[in-house]
Amino acid sequence: MRNWGGRVVPFNWRHTVYGYVQICYTPLAQRCYSHGGKPESDEEFDARWVTYFNKADIDAWELRKGMNTLIGYDLVPEPKILEAALRACRRLNDLASAMRILEAVKDKSGPHKKIYPYLIQELRPTLDELGISTPEELGMD
Amino acid sequence: MLATRAISLVGKRAISTSICVRGGHGVAKVDDYALPAYFDRRENPLPDVQFVTELSAEQKSLKEKEKGSWATLSNEEKIALYRISFKQSFAEMNEGTKEWKSVIAGMFFFIGMTGLVVLWQRKFVYGPVPPTFESEWKEKEVQRMLDMRINPVEGFSAKWDYENKEWKK
Repeated sequence: MRNWGGRVVPFNWRHTVYGYVQICYTPLAQRCYSHGGKPESDEEFDARWVTYFNKADIDAWELRKGMNTLIGYDLVPEPKILEAALRACRRLNDLASAMRILEAVKDKSGPHKKIYPYLIQELRPTLDELGISTPEELGMD
Repeated sequence: MLATRAISLVGKRAISTSICVRGGHGVAKVDDYALPAYFDRRENPLPDVQFVTELSAEQKSLKEKEKGSWATLSNEEKIALYRISFKQSFAEMNEGTKEWKSVIAGMFFFIGMTGLVVLWQRKFVYGPVPPTFESEWKEKEVQRMLDMRINPVEGFSAKWDYENKEWKK
């Protein structure tokens, strides 16, 4: 892990293209207290993740890594983060991952049954636009 | 090795047990267990590889269709695409097994067996109980306790009516 201006980023060697190494930075730490500053607000957290998924040339590894990390946090992601993630799936032509993301956030809500319907309600325009069916619509629950 | 990493960008297991050649010399056989594996876990929703690695022709054409608009896909096609990438849905991986029934059944069985063993022991292993358990002995014992006025205030003898020589009602 390399400390880059207060944020902890992983040092990944993932591509070796024609002999030179392309390093990808993915911000992973949730709350950076490294400089003793104030904790990150919810809006900053959301904005950071939305930016992460909105990367135009995001690749499949980054999508998976981002999603798995996000699910590891003790929270259910905001609809805007999920929307960015679903659009990233669309750019990667990966419908299965889009459905998996919906399943994962439903599972993440745990006993709070009202969260998932709220998320679907907020994401409905995106789901319709991209043509993503929820697992419930396909009978996979 | 690095070339296989580049191919695995789309999450497919590129080379399973073939040989990697590096720099014209040296042969490294890649074993299955050393490659990214597929697993269904709640905390890891998107595994490193797809579940189905070798696609049939039908699945390949479906993957091509996936590049277009998803609204044109039928429900069966969407489910098929999901099943290519994933083995079990969240609902399937989270459902409990029926193992608890076997556990309870096993418990009852062994408790029952133990009960039979205890009964057998009582009959065939242990000798007779002492004579102090016989009812004749017990009657004499109770009479002796009453004569001694055991616990006369609130306990044993207090419940005996000495006038009428019977237990108090």
